[in-house]
Amino acid sequence: MATRKISYREAINEALTQEMERDSSVIIMGEDVAGGAGGQGEDDAWGGVLGVTKGLYGKFPGRVLDTPITESGYIGAAVGAATRGLRPVAELMFIDFAGVCLDQIMNQAAKFRYMFGGKAVTPVTIRAMYGAGLRAAAQHSQALYPLFTHIPGLKVVVPSSPYEAKGLLAQSIRDNDPVIFFEHKAMYDVTGDVPEESYTIPFGEANVVREGDDVTVVAIGRMVSVAEEAATELEGSGISIEIIDPRTVSPLDLDTILESVEKTGRLVVVDEASPRCNIATDISAQVVSEAFGDLKAPVKMVSPPHVPVPFAGSLEDLYIPSAQDIVNAVKKVSEWSK
Amino acid sequence: MTQTLSTLGSDAPDASALSEAQLLDVYRTMRSIRAFEDRVHEEFATGDIPGFVHLYAGEEASATGVCAHLDQDLDTIASTHRGHGHCIAKGVAIKPMMAEIFGKTTGSCHGKGGSMHIADLSKGMLGANGIVGGGPPLICGTALAAKIKGDGGVGVAFFGDGASNQGTTLEALNLASVWNLPAIFVAENNGYGEAAASTWSVSADNIADRAAGFGMPGVIVDGFDVFAVYEASGEAIRRAREGGGPSLLEVKFTRYYGHFEGDQQTYRGKDEIRNAKENLDCLKRFRQGVTESGRLTDAQLDDVDAQVAQLIEEAVTEAKAAPVPGPEDPLTDVYVKY
Repeated sequence: MATRKISYREAINEALTQEMERDSSVIIMGEDVAGGAGGQGEDDAWGGVLGVTKGLYGKFPGRVLDTPITESGYIGAAVGAATRGLRPVAELMFIDFAGVCLDQIMNQAAKFRYMFGGKAVTPVTIRAMYGAGLRAAAQHSQALYPLFTHIPGLKVVVPSSPYEAKGLLAQSIRDNDPVIFFEHKAMYDVTGDVPEESYTIPFGEANVVREGDDVTVVAIGRMVSVAEEAATELEGSGISIEIIDPRTVSPLDLDTILESVEKTGRLVVVDEASPRCNIATDISAQVVSEAFGDLKAPVKMVSPPHVPVPFAGSLEDLYIPSAQDIVNAVKKVSEWSK
Repeated sequence: MTQTLSTLGSDAPDASALSEAQLLDVYRTMRSIRAFEDRVHEEFATGDIPGFVHLYAGEEASATGVCAHLDQDLDTIASTHRGHGHCIAKGVAIKPMMAEIFGKTTGSCHGKGGSMHIADLSKGMLGANGIVGGGPPLICGTALAAKIKGDGGVGVAFFGDGASNQGTTLEALNLASVWNLPAIFVAENNGYGEAAASTWSVSADNIADRAAGFGMPGVIVDGFDVFAVYEASGEAIRRAREGGGPSLLEVKFTRYYGHFEGDQQTYRGKDEIRNAKENLDCLKRFRQGVTESGRLTDAQLDDVDAQVAQLIEEAVTEAKAAPVPGPEDPLTDVYVKY
């Protein structure tokens, strides 16, 4: 496949474009995804607040729908439309806004297939921005994927690069189940090699981003690139880490993590989500439960403190797990002895 | 201001034009709902039915009058926790419904849904719903799917007076109007949201009055008169199919049983239920009207009563004899397996 460097934002736009081209049942809805409906100015002025859907409105007439600011209304509409033959992709601008529409995700979309005895499919994809780093403060910066991972019936995807974003979004749209797709807002301009052709990345298959022998580091979403920074520094100290990107946290590929821990005997889990009941605690618990005998040291978790995301740059920088935090954790488990 | 039928248009469907076969269908549906609910009431008292059950007896004219206009393939309804009547009126099979309420493998949802979640997408029945106000946003989606596909289908959201105060319902009314959706919102005002009187909980004089604020017609209908419901909903559904947008109907009546089975209903007036049963009952009124006008005979109606009674008897006998779900069943019909 011919590849070239494009941004995370462009990769997502390309996945949407290609899926809309190949399947006429795919529609997009969200606040300002068509660039601001009803005004006197130009059409498609915005393409969503961060321009991710820019250009789609003109390419796919009638299939890119602006919504009022009414998250319960349109997330519910996307869910309802999914039960009647469409494959809606709803943009929930910030995942923090799930607070005003959670019922339609948690009690409706997630439950239909099971509650109706397997007789319903709900192929809806909800795209949302997550994560800290843009000084967006407490109501626009959370990493809420653990909240959705907790709910049976949902699939939860957290892409770590432009390549992952494109392939995982295509898979999300083709999947017959409701998918919550987490886009890190600080990554939209990150570039990477992405094939021009359409491709999918299967759910529940972790990616070994970097092979190593001494410590297994599982990192989620943007934390994968932070772990890569840490790896370079640790190399200088003679410590080789194996970085695993789960890609989807529900379903979770525990086997790949267990295989790595069998080799290294040491585990650090890096998660940008708040530290209680997050993906780091979940993976740690499962590894300890399944592979206690393989562990040569206690499992370490690198997460933010249990506080809302602060506004001031100095505070937010302290909040977000850093490469140095990962280095410290890796050194602790490497040096640990009874 | 609330609009009345006369301001909606003179080409409203005429109930006096219903054929003998159609009249018998209407009666059979109402009688089936009544017999079903009366029997579930009795069976619940024996302790054989698990969980929470909310009965629709007294409200039969609403589901029956509205669904008489609907197509099983094209049109979708969303229901409430008080959903048995909507299921029966939309054509969901009665025996699997009864088995579902008893929690058996032969149930509509294989025993995974229960009374509050009976659904059959093949009949355009998107489920009873345990969340007050859960359905209206979903119906925006099914109506959107019909509009995009251009198949002439409509979506009907049944909801109660309690749900009329939920944000989800109000968002759905606005969104349906903004998108000009083929949607009909049927507010079933039975006088009580759980134990609180709707005269207290609804800030407007009538729920239908709120329609004006959403730019759609609002109609108040006598919920004890199936012909009134048939005509008012027929007009709203016709408008929706022709691209005229959404409508809000408020159907006023009372329920014969409590909010849930076991409710002692001490919050209700002393003679409220007795008065409704004696003087307003939709089945009595139907029988009196059609026999006095000579459109049907008592013998024809008695015959329907006997057939329905036999069906309900068989449904209960078969439901009781059916197997309960076993240890292999909990992990099926779910999106993600753990």
